[in-house]
Amino acid sequence: MDDFINMTIERSNVQLSKADFESDQMVKWCPGCGAHAILSAVERVFPKIGYRKENFCMVSGIGCSSRFPYYVNTYGIHGIHGRAAAIGTGVKLANPKLSTWIATGDGDSLAIGGNHFIHIIRRNVDVNILLFNNQIYGLTKGQYSPTTPMGKVTKTSPQGTIEHPFNIGELVMGAQGTFFARVPDNNINLMTECMFEAAKHDGTSIIEIMQNCIIFADKAHSDVIGKEVKDENMLVLKNGEPMLFGKELKKGLRLNGTRLEVVDLGKDGITIDDILIHDQYDQDPGIHNMLAKLAPPHFPMVFGVIRSAMFPTYDDLVEEQIKFAKDSSKIKCVDDLLNSGDTWEIN
Amino acid sequence: MAKTKRNVVEKESVVVKFVGDSGDGMQLSGDMFSEVAALAGNDLATFPDFPAEIRAPQNTIAGVSGFQMHMGSSKIFTTGDLVDVLVAMNPASLKANLKWAKKGATILTDTDAYDDKSIEKAGYKGDPLQDHSLESFNMIKAPITTLTKESLKDKGIDNKTAERCKNMFALGMLYYIFNRDLKSSFRYFEKRFKKKPELIEINKIALQAGYNYADTIESLESVIQVSAAKMEKGRYRNITGNIGTAWGLLAASEKSGRPLFLGSYPITPATEILMELSKHKSLGAKVFQAEDEIAGICSAIGASYTGSLACTSTSGPGLSLKSEAIGLAVITELPLVIVNVQRGGPSTGLPTKSEQSDLYQALFGRNGECPVIVIAASTSENCFYYAYEAAKLSMEHMTPCILLTDGYLGFGSALFKIPKMADMPAIHPPIAEANDPNYKPYRRNPETLVRQWAIPGTEGLRHRIGGLEKEDIIGTVSTDPLNHQKMVDYRAAKVEKIADFIPLQEIDGDPTGELLVVSWGGTFGAVHSAVKQVQSEGKKVSHAHFHHIMPLPKNTGEIFSGFKRILVCELNSGQFVNYLRMRHPKHDYYQFNKVQGLPFMINELNDKFNQLLEEK
Repeated sequence: MDDFINMTIERSNVQLSKADFESDQMVKWCPGCGAHAILSAVERVFPKIGYRKENFCMVSGIGCSSRFPYYVNTYGIHGIHGRAAAIGTGVKLANPKLSTWIATGDGDSLAIGGNHFIHIIRRNVDVNILLFNNQIYGLTKGQYSPTTPMGKVTKTSPQGTIEHPFNIGELVMGAQGTFFARVPDNNINLMTECMFEAAKHDGTSIIEIMQNCIIFADKAHSDVIGKEVKDENMLVLKNGEPMLFGKELKKGLRLNGTRLEVVDLGKDGITIDDILIHDQYDQDPGIHNMLAKLAPPHFPMVFGVIRSAMFPTYDDLVEEQIKFAKDSSKIKCVDDLLNSGDTWEIN
Repeated sequence: MAKTKRNVVEKESVVVKFVGDSGDGMQLSGDMFSEVAALAGNDLATFPDFPAEIRAPQNTIAGVSGFQMHMGSSKIFTTGDLVDVLVAMNPASLKANLKWAKKGATILTDTDAYDDKSIEKAGYKGDPLQDHSLESFNMIKAPITTLTKESLKDKGIDNKTAERCKNMFALGMLYYIFNRDLKSSFRYFEKRFKKKPELIEINKIALQAGYNYADTIESLESVIQVSAAKMEKGRYRNITGNIGTAWGLLAASEKSGRPLFLGSYPITPATEILMELSKHKSLGAKVFQAEDEIAGICSAIGASYTGSLACTSTSGPGLSLKSEAIGLAVITELPLVIVNVQRGGPSTGLPTKSEQSDLYQALFGRNGECPVIVIAASTSENCFYYAYEAAKLSMEHMTPCILLTDGYLGFGSALFKIPKMADMPAIHPPIAEANDPNYKPYRRNPETLVRQWAIPGTEGLRHRIGGLEKEDIIGTVSTDPLNHQKMVDYRAAKVEKIADFIPLQEIDGDPTGELLVVSWGGTFGAVHSAVKQVQSEGKKVSHAHFHHIMPLPKNTGEIFSGFKRILVCELNSGQFVNYLRMRHPKHDYYQFNKVQGLPFMINELNDKFNQLLEEK
């Protein structure tokens, strides 16, 4: 698996550990916040990815999630509200040899920064975006966000919200996204695996982390990822394997006509051969999009890497154009440029 | 020089304007005529004047497109107030431009364009060519469309193609009137239409036919001679302000060794900078056309953090959108060049017209105590040097720099003496060395208060910066009240200290006197010309034109003290004068302002100077 990691970024010649990425800053998230687990997963995955520690760059916008760069000992820039994707684009284009990670939230990336979010995805800039989805504005103390479920009472929706929430996966694929994974904040192993997959993927990787805000939207995801319901309501995808879920993995997804349906193995003659096999590398987003949209009560919610399709990255194309221009242009330096075209001598 | 049977009238300088429908090819005619003037050794300045719409309705005033050029046998400072020779291709363009024609100006127009419908669309009650209203002008009325088609009738081309050559016929007539050589334009056609060789011949024929026609008509009494100007020796080219700005940034990138990154969004009149830099990938320029103005500047901030000479180019409304991000660059103390090609405001305002009304925005338009460097170019040719200086100051002092130009400078062109890169001043960005044990993000050079630029990827310098206030030296997040005060003071003092690194303010004229005329930015040509005129009348008037605005040159107060009165002229309601009142309150300032989307006229400036000189 390690062989597939981006080889243009310089690797560390010593084995790094979690301690190499721990910053000396006091982590100021609320006790019990899901962000602590995300930080821990990042500190675990960076040494595993194996780049020199100086070759990681964390970028963020504004919000609880966006304090992230201060807590990881890498190069980092904490930006302004909604603009992490734009700042991260500049970081990656200016230096493609940096492994660029963006920490952002549902308000930061889907409301004020929605424009930059869809455009970084459309361009397929090779950055990894950790999207902390807690369905609420935490740092401003509890207003509804673009992912808050309709009807939810928050401080700015005392009678319940009247807005349709975004499904992040669907938004990513609508913007022609090439990588989308979804993980719960209570499963560090799955988080770490998906982060590693994101690092391997060349292009914009979006990891939706269903994160719990213990203060303003506690248990927002517990209907899906809570201990009592997770076996029935979560389907964790593995590439090349059938899409099974349920306590004993007796339930699965199959394609019936143009729609997905839940079937029980052994019932009505259903066998393992009827179950859809996950192909995260499929370039066609059709099934990926259907998977991203599934949700209880009639379906499980799908987790793991849903899509990881190979397309050219924007930053590679930028470098290619520059190389071509350098090889083919007669203008090699600014003196050449100044003297190009119509010029004349006055004596 | 071609031989002519007419009288030759020698003129020191002449203003020529080409006007017609947006599709009539006036910009091309203007460009070609300018090139011929430049090759003949004239100094010149040009300005295209076109509507905001790409193809406004035909034959209407709204659809008039123009190109003005001022050429001379001495140094040319402006594109000229009033026009000596007007080429008007239709009634609407005549009507729209007659007010800019000097009394007795030569007007060349196409009589074929004066049908009833076009006359009415232009807003004339009757045919202006017949009603004696133009008798004070030297009218050259020629059936240009008919004659152009006639000259091309054997060429087997359709009517429309033939008609489109009428601008070349008119240009040919103008070449005759100015005694210009056709050969260089023939060469130009050969180059321009390399891929459409059929167009080379017909354009040559139309140009030659116009020239020959002018040679035969009787309404032309004399031809005009503008001799070569005495110019400094060297290699020259024509350059617009926007291209000069783009090239200045490329030059600073090469000199400093910092790769160029431009993050921008198209906006009139700044788009040309984005387009021009897109062409120069061979010099390593990375150009990112962002999804909006905010992404433009934010991508540049990301690139700056990563060690690039990062720039964003825009115009007024775009600068408003970038305000918050400029604050981020200020607090992170990263270099960033923000080019604002000013236009008429507020809001969308007058997109294709010029103003100096973004000065307050450049100086103050952000939340918090947020000082940046502000400098302004003053001519199309010095946009190159001020873009270079903006990059140098910004990188060496780790502070964003706003470079103000404007639509007139940006679109306008002038002759540019080509510099050698070896002669450009060195640029030394304060880059931190790998594994420097003393490196701290906000440790400052005690003399300049500049922090070091630690570039991601460098060993031993991992650090975090961001929009939250930071602890002095160590750079961790801090809300300590006294630390905030200290950091605010540092950021302000760092910018003020730049006064030690910029040239002293120059003064044109005596260092003391009755009246000091003060101006800044793109009004240099008009104000300089007006001051020269009153100086030549023996009046004690001096001129100080500012390029450095924040900080001001160190000797500003000293200069002001030498004069009884200070008159600040600017194309806004008084932004620079109020800034001077704040920075140098002891002096008594007068102001002359105009906010019409138009440049100053030399006459109106002179009237103001004389009025102040006469007051007791």
